Amino acid sequence: MPDRKRPKLAVWKFSSCDGCQLSLLDCELELLAVSEAVEIAYFLEATRKVVKGPYDISLVEGSITTPHDVEAIRHVRRQSRKLITIGACATAGGIQALRNFKDVKDFIDLVYAHPEYIDTLDRSSAVSEHVRVDFELRGCPINKHQLLEVLNASLNGRRPNVHPHAECVECKMRGNVCVTVAKSEPCLGPVVHAGCGGLCPSVGRGCFGCFGPMETPNTVAMAAKLAEMGLDGRDIQRRFRGFNAYADAFRRESEVHGG
Amino acid sequence: MAVRTRTIKVDALARVEGEGSLHVRIRDGRVQEVKFGIFEPPRFFEAFLVGRDYSEAPDITARICGICPIAYELGAILAMEDAFGVAVPQVISDLRRLIYCGEWIESHGLHVYLLHAPDFLGLPDALELAKVDKPLVERALRLKKIGNDILEAVGGRAVHPVNLKVGGFYRAPAKAAIRALAEDLKWAVEESLATVKLVGGFDFPVLEQAYTFVALRHERDYAIHQGRLVSNGGLDIPPAEFLDHFDEEHVAHSNALHGFMKDGHARYKVGPLARYAINHDRLSETARHAAHAAGLGPVVGNPFQSIVVRAVEMVQSCEDALALVEAYEEPDSPAVTVEPRAGVGHGCTEAPRGVCYHRYRLADDGSILSARIVPPTAQNQKCIEDDLLKVVEANADLSDEALRWRCEQAIRNYDPCISCATHFLDLTVERE
Ligand code: SF4
Ligand code: SF4
Repeated sequence: MPDRKRPKLAVWKFSSCDGCQLSLLDCELELLAVSEAVEIAYFLEATRKVVKGPYDISLVEGSITTPHDVEAIRHVRRQSRKLITIGACATAGGIQALRNFKDVKDFIDLVYAHPEYIDTLDRSSAVSEHVRVDFELRGCPINKHQLLEVLNASLNGRRPNVHPHAECVECKMRGNVCVTVAKSEPCLGPVVHAGCGGLCPSVGRGCFGCFGPMETPNTVAMAAKLAEMGLDGRDIQRRFRGFNAYADAFRRESEVHGG
Repeated sequence: MAVRTRTIKVDALARVEGEGSLHVRIRDGRVQEVKFGIFEPPRFFEAFLVGRDYSEAPDITARICGICPIAYELGAILAMEDAFGVAVPQVISDLRRLIYCGEWIESHGLHVYLLHAPDFLGLPDALELAKVDKPLVERALRLKKIGNDILEAVGGRAVHPVNLKVGGFYRAPAKAAIRALAEDLKWAVEESLATVKLVGGFDFPVLEQAYTFVALRHERDYAIHQGRLVSNGGLDIPPAEFLDHFDEEHVAHSNALHGFMKDGHARYKVGPLARYAINHDRLSETARHAAHAAGLGPVVGNPFQSIVVRAVEMVQSCEDALALVEAYEEPDSPAVTVEPRAGVGHGCTEAPRGVCYHRYRLADDGSILSARIVPPTAQNQKCIEDDLLKVVEANADLSDEALRWRCEQAIRNYDPCISCATHFLDLTVERE
């Protein structure tokens, strides 16, 4: 098969833990088939071979945290027919967006002896704040089966079969016993985006929101429920300030609480 | 004599990948300076842990690294348990060791086959390798998958498992699910033995270093999640004394901190070569024989042979995992009760890349007052630079492209962290 017939895939990394792009290499059973279906043209985690753009599909991991990132993401956009962000870092700023609620200079002073060497922006932001994004895949980390579905759909020009409903629905479908009802465990399931398959409740743990907010979540009712279960303002704030702290719905709800 | 300066800049955009750069200055054929920089933008974990609850630290610190989340989750958990005076029963400790074996198998499998072997074969990546020998790459991927299967069976998912907590686990895995791993692990032991043989036959660039090695050492096991910190220079301390002996400094050319031993401001090395040298007598019979047959002595000083040592450690962790799986019985309770109290706690484990240390100071309600995390790659920075210096010195006559590849390979000896570990080098050579 001549290479120019195969669509070109690029994988880019910004500020992140690498866990989301690792999910692609974790598709152990499908990896070789994927590499036959697409030309892996740029994927530093896997190859030192670099094929020039433009690219048919770009997967972007990580958040924008430096002045250099701001330039680079525009460069990626210009070279990409479809740009898909993968994971909470890229879709919401990630855990490192916790800095957005503080003065970043205090943070630098705490971690580094020579703050003057560090070049960083005040905020960690989602890719969509900077460029147009064609699809956002949620999760910290993403679900690798969803990643394969998104790739497959993009290659075939259809909408990915990835639903924006609540984690709670997915959990019910799995047949889990509700941890809030049965064990009085605080659980963010009712406001969190589906995708993980109901992992935490399956081990008897409340959801802590690694897939971020679902479409139009009722965070006010969620916070009221948490308060009713005995969580104080600081606890409630912390629940919303996790890996998706700077996703709009969670950020706004978190700002109402505290203490 | 004419002064000749040559500068090579490779693809400016490569730096945005949060990757490394290497700056080399050569004068009259002698290497004047080597600077290895990591430009991974800072993410400030230690700062935003302050004010969080102790119970949140495992999940938050996991996000430092997607390749070794257990090193961070467990490091934080052990530190909290240390601060609160919590001891867990053997079965919990065994489950922790089992999931950590899964992380080693996954990480070493990934590195040996997908990231490092292509260097020795002169190929850009494992996908090219698959074109030459597809069954080999399929077996490599299966081996790596078995590591991930353990992470999923015990932890719920492969990247950032959700089942670990301070005191134990949220739910004890079902006996059937754990026992079901046994058949695959028997295959994995055999396959990793074949791996030792295969990579043992590679050609290794010549380099012999007299490293100071530091690793955990345990009275019985090849240490992973518990033990004392031991060096080949006579150090033997509990993890709680880590900061009395080791420190990090911030250098201008890198965002990664550089670790050193306070005694003499000396560089030291953590990771597979260190563990292998310190704990050679703790290797299983099978693993030790395989190492011997592959031509390794009890101490390996050539960093390029780290790929063989990783393969030996794969044999060890597959065997350990198999034994743990076969002995597993569900505990009465998945976790012990934890009562927070004010104090300081330390946690230290062997991440696939080496010693990973955590320290937390806690308030009486369990909120975090301060956090300190020392990852393996920071500790290895000075050794990486020294290896590079020797490599460049011995190969200064290579073409820039060949030299660049050789340097990349030398950095990949450390499997520094995936984005740094791979295929990235922004190399500047100044030849004067
Ligand atoms: S979203 Fe989570 S798993 Fe993915 S790169 Fe960011 S921190 Fe890692
Ligand atoms: S249940 Fe919630 S916190 Fe747990 S994995 Fe799923 S989305 Fe993430």
